[in-house]
Amino acid sequence: MRTTSPFGSHRRSSVALAVAAALVAIGATGCGSSDPSSAAQPSPSVSAGSPAGVVTIRDPWVKAADKGMTAAFGTLVNDGDTDVTLTSAATSASPMELHEMTMKDGKMVMQQKQGGIVIKARSTHTLEPGGDHLMLMDLTTPVQAGDELTFTLTFADGRTQQFTAVAKPFTGAQESYAPGHGEPMPGMSATPEMSMSPAS
Amino acid sequence: MTGTSPVRPVSRRRLLTGGTLAAGGALTGAAAIAAMRTDRGGRRAAGATPVARVGSLVEPFHGPRQAGVATEPQAHASFVSLSLRAGTDRAALGRMLRLLTDDAARLTQGQPALADTEAELGLLPARLTVTFGFGPGLYRAAGVDDRRPASVADLPAFRIDRLQPAWSGGDLLLQICADDAITVAHAQRVLLKDSRPFATVRWVQQGFRRSPGVEPGGHTQRNLFGQLDGTANPRPGTPMDSAVFVPDGPPWLRDSTTLVVRRISMNLETWDLLGRTDRELAVGRRLDTGAPLTGSAEHDEPDFAATGPDGLTVIPDFSHLTRAHVTDDRFKILRRPYNYDGVPNADGHADAGLIFTSYQADITRQYLPIQRRLADRDLLNEWTTPIGSAVFAIPPGCPPGGWVGEQVLG
Repeated sequence: MRTTSPFGSHRRSSVALAVAAALVAIGATGCGSSDPSSAAQPSPSVSAGSPAGVVTIRDPWVKAADKGMTAAFGTLVNDGDTDVTLTSAATSASPMELHEMTMKDGKMVMQQKQGGIVIKARSTHTLEPGGDHLMLMDLTTPVQAGDELTFTLTFADGRTQQFTAVAKPFTGAQESYAPGHGEPMPGMSATPEMSMSPAS
Repeated sequence: MTGTSPVRPVSRRRLLTGGTLAAGGALTGAAAIAAMRTDRGGRRAAGATPVARVGSLVEPFHGPRQAGVATEPQAHASFVSLSLRAGTDRAALGRMLRLLTDDAARLTQGQPALADTEAELGLLPARLTVTFGFGPGLYRAAGVDDRRPASVADLPAFRIDRLQPAWSGGDLLLQICADDAITVAHAQRVLLKDSRPFATVRWVQQGFRRSPGVEPGGHTQRNLFGQLDGTANPRPGTPMDSAVFVPDGPPWLRDSTTLVVRRISMNLETWDLLGRTDRELAVGRRLDTGAPLTGSAEHDEPDFAATGPDGLTVIPDFSHLTRAHVTDDRFKILRRPYNYDGVPNADGHADAGLIFTSYQADITRQYLPIQRRLADRDLLNEWTTPIGSAVFAIPPGCPPGGWVGEQVLG
């Protein structure tokens, strides 16, 4: 699949730079690649001979938002022969959780995904609005349309890898949030209003 | 329109033996020619039927020049003019154009856009092109007015103008063209959704030409007066290159062009009052063949000195052909017009006209002299009225990984 994109190394938000500087990930963020699918290389910190699969992320994006909650999406690709479990995600812009959508009392709500997200061997796992996603719980800085955010994924075997996602204006994914096992919290929405102020 | 494609019409036999069409395929013309062009690029395997091929044909997106100018005109077009929001500065424009470039790069190649909520609509590009134009206001907003092509400025007023703000001006133009109206609609939707944080819609003009396969490619289009429109376009190759694209200069000018968009209302009611002979005298050409009144074929050179038995020139001095004629290739303009046909009023009077587009390396040197001659004395002015006008620079294209406008804004 062709994934040519203008989102290369030409520009990264200060958000992305801050995270990138804090991580040891050769070829992950400073490689100048113009291909978002190659932006997520496996971290070299993994121990040699590990049987874990190689996971990349294809077409990553994050929903632009001024404040509050938002989410990142993409397709996780496991080219390896063993299942891989994603246990956490991180970005400098916000605390993060791994979320899933589930039916509760007759309506779809999102909640934290217990046990992480499993990407089966030789398969893909789609993170999309209405499905599993990487949740940014409380933005510390606006994510403007066209910004690029760097994320770090951590897997069950301890290895990490980074990818860069572009912020898209997006009005979908208006799910209710059900933290823990309680009812959806009033006023808590997965979709803060779309960023409409390019210069803010 | 002729002369925009480097590909000549090819025989049906050659198409069939070339394996580009299924046996029995009746498709010839623009789509078939484009199919051959596309096949050379190895983009698509042959489809099951010629009809399906029209949808899967791909125009290249990346390259030194933007697509959608020299591209054989597609059947449907939407010209979307945007006004930048206050605060959309150079950095914001960079973010915006990266987003829009990515959308265009994907959709033109038959792939859904990132976060495409109607992904299925992104799978049939039908020769989709998305061409970006920069109005004078964009250069000001970005603080790069020194990179604005000098001729990209508001046109002088012409006495024939009845310009309406609703059809005029704009900071950023999205020219969306495809051989399928749904493809155009989807691309417009995707691009506008990504534009909203940065800009508002100023005007949209939607137009059409013949559908693919209806007539052979390379044919001059007919406007709703029934006239062939665009006969004198520069021919492919060197004349096209030198007249339409800036050959050298700094990176933000080289391989750029300029675009004048004029909405020309055509009064079909008063045109109806003319007989065929008067119509042909007004244009200076035959309505059927498009041949000059002194010739027999569309591309015959007009003989402006030839006189008839009455001693008058065969081609009247006030004819559109006489007033618009340019002999020097360097001063020609490339027309790529689309028809519009709005909703008739209660009396059944048409709201019809032409989305006139003119591409040239330099508006002042090429377009303005022609427009002045037409405004001074072109009999067609009796039945046509410019009601909208806008000018844009068409910046160079971008390579894979780049974005349109990076030479201007980067």
